[in-house]
Amino acid sequence: MADSSLLQIFEQNGITNVEFVESNILDEICIKRIGDELTSVIERKGCPKIVLNFQNVSALSSSALGMLITVNAKVGDKKGKLVLASLEGPIRDVFRITKLDKAFTLCDSLAEAMTAIR
Amino acid sequence: MEGRPLVLEKESTQLMCAGSEQPTKHQQSILGDRESFDEVQEAVLSLMEVHEYSEHDVFSVRVAFEEALANALLHGHQGDESNQIEVSWIVTDEFLEIEVVDQGRGYDPETIPDPTADENLTLPSGRGLAMIRAFMSEVEVNERGNHVKMMRRKNQSKK
Repeated sequence: MADSSLLQIFEQNGITNVEFVESNILDEICIKRIGDELTSVIERKGCPKIVLNFQNVSALSSSALGMLITVNAKVGDKKGKLVLASLEGPIRDVFRITKLDKAFTLCDSLAEAMTAIR
Repeated sequence: MEGRPLVLEKESTQLMCAGSEQPTKHQQSILGDRESFDEVQEAVLSLMEVHEYSEHDVFSVRVAFEEALANALLHGHQGDESNQIEVSWIVTDEFLEIEVVDQGRGYDPETIPDPTADENLTLPSGRGLAMIRAFMSEVEVNERGNHVKMMRRKNQSKK
């Protein structure tokens, strides 16, 4: 049986909107699968513009952060843009505490992210 | 695949201490698989709810506990889920304490570069211990590097 996708992906006006299916991004295998799926999206695009929507996410590990850093680097290599949207208080705190709020573009809402990525 | 026990050993010890509350120290030997991690985390988080810890406390402990278990598996046991991880915890109305011990050779935490330094922000790994220290009130790592003891005071303010 094929593994189901861990991401919901929508294309809108040249922007790829990605939502996480799982609320907890903790498991190493799932994190790798998410990373592989995002890499596939990036490789399909000439200049990827990706919004990652965290509205469904309630927990994520340092491994997940590492995966996001790698994804961000791949987007940068193709001169694209990656914006993270809808990070609620505790998840936002994780980025603040690890100073990764300086490495990523974080937006409070999806609407704000869609504007920031243009 | 045959099922295997998720909880290898479990015991609880009533601790003697001054005052009316006598906290119980719970101990379990677990395997390094996802189900075992979820089960032991649920045991701690359930006790936190009984002792009326805030959502922020629960989230913080969840993050730190996950990182400690992941470190034990990935770095202590090189990803081998069959190695046992010793976990113990105490939860009271004022604080909680969790210990995670792996069987690995250990490491020197001082050799881990500061992941929050500007030049290290793009490193894909090395944030686990920093996250534990950020979300817990006090953290101790033994000299060998295979035993982490972390404590969080109830309603600890954000760092």
